[in-house]
Amino acid sequence: MSERQTEILLADGSVIADDWVWLRLPESAEPQKKSAGKVVLFRLTGDSAAPAEVVAGVAIPASGRVLLPLTIWLARKDELAPRLAAGEIGVWLDSFEEPQALVDSLADINTLPVIGLNFPRFIDGRAFSVAFLLRNRYGYRGQLRALGDVLRDQLFFLRRVGFDAYAVRADLDIRAAAASLADFPEVYQSSTDQPLPLFRRA
Amino acid sequence: MYRYNDYDRAIVKARVAQFRDQTRRFFAGELSEDEFRPLRLQNGLYIQRHAPMLRIAIPYGLLSSEQLRMLAHIARTHDRDYGHFSTRQNIQYNWIPLEQVPEVLEKLSSVDMHGIQTSGNCIRNITSDPYAGIALDEIVDPRPWCEILRQWSTFHPEFAFLPRKFKIAINGAEHDRAVVRCHDIGLEVYRNAAGELVLRVFAGGGMGRTPIIGSVIRDNLPWQHMLTYCEAVLRVYNRYGRRDNSYKARIKILVKALGAEEFARQVDAEWEHFKDGPGTLTQAELARVAAHFTAPAYDAAAGGESELAARAAAERPFERWLSRNVRAHRQPGYRAVVLSLKPTGKPPGDVDSDTMDAIADLADRYSFGELRVTHEQNLVLADVRADQLYALWGELRKLGLATPNIGLLTDIVCCPGGDFCSLANAKSIPIAQAIQERFDDLDYLYDLGELELNISGCMNSCGHHHVGHIGVLGVDKSGSEWYQISIGGAQGNDTSLGEVIGPSFAAEQVPDVVEHLIDTYVDNRQPEERFLDVVRRLGVEPFKSRVYANVAGAKRAKEVEHV
Ligand code: HEM
Ligand code: SF4
Repeated sequence: MSERQTEILLADGSVIADDWVWLRLPESAEPQKKSAGKVVLFRLTGDSAAPAEVVAGVAIPASGRVLLPLTIWLARKDELAPRLAAGEIGVWLDSFEEPQALVDSLADINTLPVIGLNFPRFIDGRAFSVAFLLRNRYGYRGQLRALGDVLRDQLFFLRRVGFDAYAVRADLDIRAAAASLADFPEVYQSSTDQPLPLFRRA
Repeated sequence: MYRYNDYDRAIVKARVAQFRDQTRRFFAGELSEDEFRPLRLQNGLYIQRHAPMLRIAIPYGLLSSEQLRMLAHIARTHDRDYGHFSTRQNIQYNWIPLEQVPEVLEKLSSVDMHGIQTSGNCIRNITSDPYAGIALDEIVDPRPWCEILRQWSTFHPEFAFLPRKFKIAINGAEHDRAVVRCHDIGLEVYRNAAGELVLRVFAGGGMGRTPIIGSVIRDNLPWQHMLTYCEAVLRVYNRYGRRDNSYKARIKILVKALGAEEFARQVDAEWEHFKDGPGTLTQAELARVAAHFTAPAYDAAAGGESELAARAAAERPFERWLSRNVRAHRQPGYRAVVLSLKPTGKPPGDVDSDTMDAIADLADRYSFGELRVTHEQNLVLADVRADQLYALWGELRKLGLATPNIGLLTDIVCCPGGDFCSLANAKSIPIAQAIQERFDDLDYLYDLGELELNISGCMNSCGHHHVGHIGVLGVDKSGSEWYQISIGGAQGNDTSLGEVIGPSFAAEQVPDVVEHLIDTYVDNRQPEERFLDVVRRLGVEPFKSRVYANVAGAKRAKEVEHV
């Protein structure tokens, strides 16, 4: 299953044509996010994602830029090495996936031109922390893209933690949404966009 | 108290503009109900039984007379002439039409007020000790710490969509009056053996369906690290707190599942990465904020102690009020006065607009233009001259605010319950009133002494029933309203959770049940023992058997087990 996002909003408020194909796992192979009892499951990360044969069987577009699910990337990165070198491979994480796994899979995280973080529902705010970690802990400098349920009223926060591209949900007016990147004139606390809290600046 | 600077004001104004536009988009159909919900919630707006409920933040319970006048104006112009002071030191309105909310927020911003982060899954209004800065047992004034945290948490970009709401409370006194052990994070500011200012961090406390007393996850934390350490706690929670079930999404469930030690270890591991970074607080910032909380211009000549004693001796009602509603003050010649919002027959915590205006005037004339909201839903004039107490008492009596019942059985903490709240299983206000009516003999109340009775209309525990010496909880038994009774809960340094005495009762039985509980206490007490002490000494059994031997027809409620 793949989807071409035709336009994408950038942190400076511009809207540009987008040629990345967002590849997803087949519906049926979506990882089961179990909720029951065990501690490890609280992380909602403990489960293996799609079965190996599904991962092996997913058709990756033969050319052009592709944003791959983490599981596919991890399982098939050797076969994808030439395309990574050609700048055609990006990887996206679902909200329960660990960025460490992606970081460990590459000699240099910055060989990825794009990392996507998915918002399955906009109220699932885990990717705000993951974005912060990618930028500040793992030193990622490429494009960090918000995917999924990306709405206007989250843009200000998304920009602050380090996202610089926003795949605003297709049914919304992406150009009107851009205004919300600047909803507030000042901020108190430090984050990716502003490493100093107000009390060290004012 | 803290006064906004240009930055603070610009941020709140921008929020008003943002919400005005969001409301417009909602009415224009550009935002769905589901998309609008978290946006309005983060501005304090719930949709309730009658109309939206609007919750306004009163940061750590501090209010100026000017702000209170604005709250009165809003009650009068946009609501039905009253507001409800809540156990979270906020005020709530029940009847403001949605279309008017942007205008109300605009008006509030003119007095540096807002509904920002008063609901929703974000960091909520910080709560603290209503006697901050004046209490005799205070070690460190908690207010600057509250304000620093308020600013840090306001629109924190990473923590606006947490698994669930997040409440922080701060105490700086020997006796905890901020219920820090029942908050997501509770902070205690104190001085260590070396005399350094440090923090103790509790995490994972909370009430609700699964009441848990918080665990200490860090002790002796140098104050400079307050914000970075909280950031580490929040980041671990944001990433690993459960999101699949809203009843299990509070941080307390994560802390419990991991164990406090393992949770603390994960927080420390996270914190290591940035602990001395730019988020570290500076002496200059502490000094800047603390300068807003200096003592008012006390009159060293204030006094009149002997006159006060003489009046008290002469007038019993005045003596009673002094003993219950007036508290000692650090400044010689001054007292703190509690305005009881619990007269018999009125919903606890409700105040009408005219009374709000009158209280604002009293604050101006008697207490440097400031007041405080307590989590027991009363108001405090914190800096009253001893020689003006008698005059103030006279004025408060006329306003119905001098009921001398603070800390007594009728000083009931009570949520809005089924009369207003759509989550309620049962009404709570009529229960409070019925109990107040049953126990309206002041002599008897005084004899019973300190007794906290708390009522919640459902397991969400907005009325703090878990920590009431007597707790009353509304439960639903297939459509009719029933009440489960617990005893032995307490707030403060020895916080404990109440124990349920058994099957639930019908509304009209609750005053009888309370009476039998009280009788058991009276029959068993030793000199100086409070109700709570007797429960702790004897356990629930004697209370339970007396109640069930005398009140028939209790029903077992299914959904109320402690998970
Ligand atoms: C009428 C509208 C209200 C609604 C819909 C509402 C909703 C809730 C819910 C759902 C919870 C449980 C959260 C959880 O356990 O995760 C809760 C807890 C709480 N609410 Fe309310 N509430 C309302 C009014 C109030 C009022 C008026 C007060 C103060 C009197 C209040 C203070 C609290 C407190 C202290 C808690 C429990 C402490 C905690 O565990 O956080 N709420 N509320
Ligand atoms: S305890 Fe229940 S009934 Fe009472 S205000 Fe809270 S949610 Fe409503």
